[in-house]
Amino acid sequence: MTTTSPIEKAGGATATYVDERVGSNKFLSRNLGKVFPDHWSFMLGEIALYSFIVVMLTGVFLTLWFKPSMAEVVYDGSYVPLKGILMSEAYDSALNISFDVRGGLLLRQMHHWSALIFIAAMAVHMFRVFFTGAFRKPREFNWLIGVGLTTFGLLAGFSGYSLPDDLLSGTGLQIARGIVQAVPVVGTWAAFLLFDGEFPGTEFISRLYGVHILLIPGLILALVTIHLMLVWTQKHTQFPGPGRTNDNVVGYPLLPVYMAKAGGFFFIVFGIIALVAGLVTINPIWIFGPYMPDQVSAGSQPDWYIGFLDGALRVMPNWETILFGWTISWNVFIPALVVPGIIFTVLGLYPFIEAWVTGDKREHNLLDRPRNAPTRTAFGMMAITFYMLLWVGGANDIIAVAFDLSINSIIWFLRVALIVVPPIVFVITRRTCLGLQRKDREKLLHGYESGRVLRLPHGEFIEVHQPLNEKELAVITAKHDYVPLPAPDKADADGVRNKHYRVQMLRHRLSEFFYGVNVPKPTAAEIEAGQHHAEEQAAIEAPLHEYEDSDVIFNAHGGVLHHPGMAKTNAEQVEGVDQRH
Amino acid sequence: MKFLAARRRSPIVASALLIGALAVVGGGYAALGAVQPAEATIAVGAETQVEKGKQLYLEGCSSCHGLEAQGTKNGPTLIGVGAAAVHFQVATGRMPLAAPGAQAPAKENIYSDADIAAMSAYVASLAPGPAIPTAEQIDYADADVAFGGELFRINCAQCHQAAGQGGALTQGKYAPSLMEATPQEIYEAMLTGPQNMPVFSDAQLPTEDKQAIIAYIRGLDNAPSMGGLNLGRFGPVTEGVFLALAIFAALIAAAVWIGIKSR
Repeated sequence: MTTTSPIEKAGGATATYVDERVGSNKFLSRNLGKVFPDHWSFMLGEIALYSFIVVMLTGVFLTLWFKPSMAEVVYDGSYVPLKGILMSEAYDSALNISFDVRGGLLLRQMHHWSALIFIAAMAVHMFRVFFTGAFRKPREFNWLIGVGLTTFGLLAGFSGYSLPDDLLSGTGLQIARGIVQAVPVVGTWAAFLLFDGEFPGTEFISRLYGVHILLIPGLILALVTIHLMLVWTQKHTQFPGPGRTNDNVVGYPLLPVYMAKAGGFFFIVFGIIALVAGLVTINPIWIFGPYMPDQVSAGSQPDWYIGFLDGALRVMPNWETILFGWTISWNVFIPALVVPGIIFTVLGLYPFIEAWVTGDKREHNLLDRPRNAPTRTAFGMMAITFYMLLWVGGANDIIAVAFDLSINSIIWFLRVALIVVPPIVFVITRRTCLGLQRKDREKLLHGYESGRVLRLPHGEFIEVHQPLNEKELAVITAKHDYVPLPAPDKADADGVRNKHYRVQMLRHRLSEFFYGVNVPKPTAAEIEAGQHHAEEQAAIEAPLHEYEDSDVIFNAHGGVLHHPGMAKTNAEQVEGVDQRH
Repeated sequence: MKFLAARRRSPIVASALLIGALAVVGGGYAALGAVQPAEATIAVGAETQVEKGKQLYLEGCSSCHGLEAQGTKNGPTLIGVGAAAVHFQVATGRMPLAAPGAQAPAKENIYSDADIAAMSAYVASLAPGPAIPTAEQIDYADADVAFGGELFRINCAQCHQAAGQGGALTQGKYAPSLMEATPQEIYEAMLTGPQNMPVFSDAQLPTEDKQAIIAYIRGLDNAPSMGGLNLGRFGPVTEGVFLALAIFAALIAAAVWIGIKSR
């Protein structure tokens, strides 16, 4: 008989009490033991989740003090260099939060830093999902939800950046309005609708406020919930490893291990955000001053996540067409609407495009190593390169000043680089992946290089290769060699024309492009053969000597040339040395 | 002489003579060069100052601006630019130009205050132009900082950036950072419009306005950074770089650490 402690008794009683009313025990017992695989890169999404929690908590604090109004007031707070200046209530209250509300600046900076971290963590998480192929069936919808979350993250960030109504906010809004106006046909009307008239008007901040604190956070919360529920029901993917298959999950149970890890990581993220917000300035709105439509600052930049858009705008040649008396601003329409439109469409559709191209309809719970999907990895790197070059474009004036360059040269460099560099990166990445695949094949065939060099009796030097350990073997052998889709026939056996020939041919070509480069995994027989390769190589060598075992033979100087039991071949010699080690 | 005659053809003579000759020429040059500043301090009266200024002008400036300051294809005329322009350009080291380029960079000033005064006097003597501001003109102690800030954002921020950190112009030209500039230099720059800067004459910005702008710029330079480390006040770009290099490095290090513990 075991005795239960009073604590256990109380706990049990509480659990029973709750269970009798909400039926929680069944749910808990089913889910608390749920297993999650472990890898540091699986925590990038957690960073996004935790920083979003910090954004919400600090955001609630800010709403207590922020006044989303464009009514004009005269500043009378404690920041002297702005005393007596006419400004909007929004900017005035943002200054008050910064200087006159206890802890206000810290919370404002936490809000802003954690927002930047939130979006960055989503981006990095997305990279992980992309490069490991975690978006494949059955997780395509969750990928789409992730793209939606990223888009709403950008909108949340940009709307927040625009709210304080400082010089940077207003400049950003001015550009946003210009982008809306560049939409063909309806642009001007849309801009008037959004801003309730001319720029900047008197309404926009309060409209944006509702979007920023209610609509977008609500949508993000809803999507986060679905995202996590899908992760829960579909179970987390895992990297290949010993005992890990497409049909199991190897890891630790939610309670207590994962609960502790995730809880601990939340506090680490929270702590880092609080530390940075306490030590490092972000968006010093008091330096930029209130927004006035007749003012602009050099070096006006958006936050990092809008940088690619700003860069596209800055790099674009100044093209305009006047069509029947209407101006079409290609210089704004292409970089600010077409380019992001293409980026987000391809991003959202990528899982479906890849599945169509490859004809791969299997479920994938085991992740790809990036090297084993060279075309996908190269495509991802190409896209990231393009995106990062746009960043450089967004920071062109800061770069020009900091590195003593001509801003015109930077723009021209980028116009060329945006077209030339991504394909180069594609080729380099694909070659690198293939090189790594070859290395893996080599390892499977011959084991890994132990670094131990032997000199054989007849003078040859060999490096001893040793077999891979169980983990490495499992990781490398998990590679699947895909076969490109077969070429379609123009007509079937009865001579009936194939109506879908063109589409099927395109698909065949794309799938050849996708799977065409591959270093096939060695077959079991090849591995078997390879493992004995070194020994065979040694054995094939001429015997060391041809004496009878019983003989003891002396050389001319009286040394022993041979004695019974001496190794006869290189293979024996190698084995003998191995045993000694 | 017998001693010298005997050694005249010795192999070391040529080297010894060369070293000796170099020492005489070099030492003499250094000695004479060192004498010049002593001479320069003997400025007496306006006439002498203009004379001396002209001399310095001919040595240091005339190759580009012309022997009569009339300008050449390498440099603009200095007739009528006034003493303030000369003081600004020379005291900040922008002139004389070290090498042709998109713009004259500020560098170490090689002239003494008296030399600059002499050159300013010479250029001012050619034709009337903006004079060097008086101590009273650049005294910004009573200026309205907040009004100065507004003027700064209207007139200066589009090139020099809202925090006065400088900004890029076209073709490698730039508006420099204002953090190192003295009140006199700021005043003179507004008055004379050096390099690519427009002129803000007293008709556009009266003395009080200029003082207010100076007060705001000096305030930007001297004010403590309220939010902590200011990241150079370059705005979102440096914030983004900090995010990537410092914050994300820390977050991913933490994730890796938690990941490692499980093995």
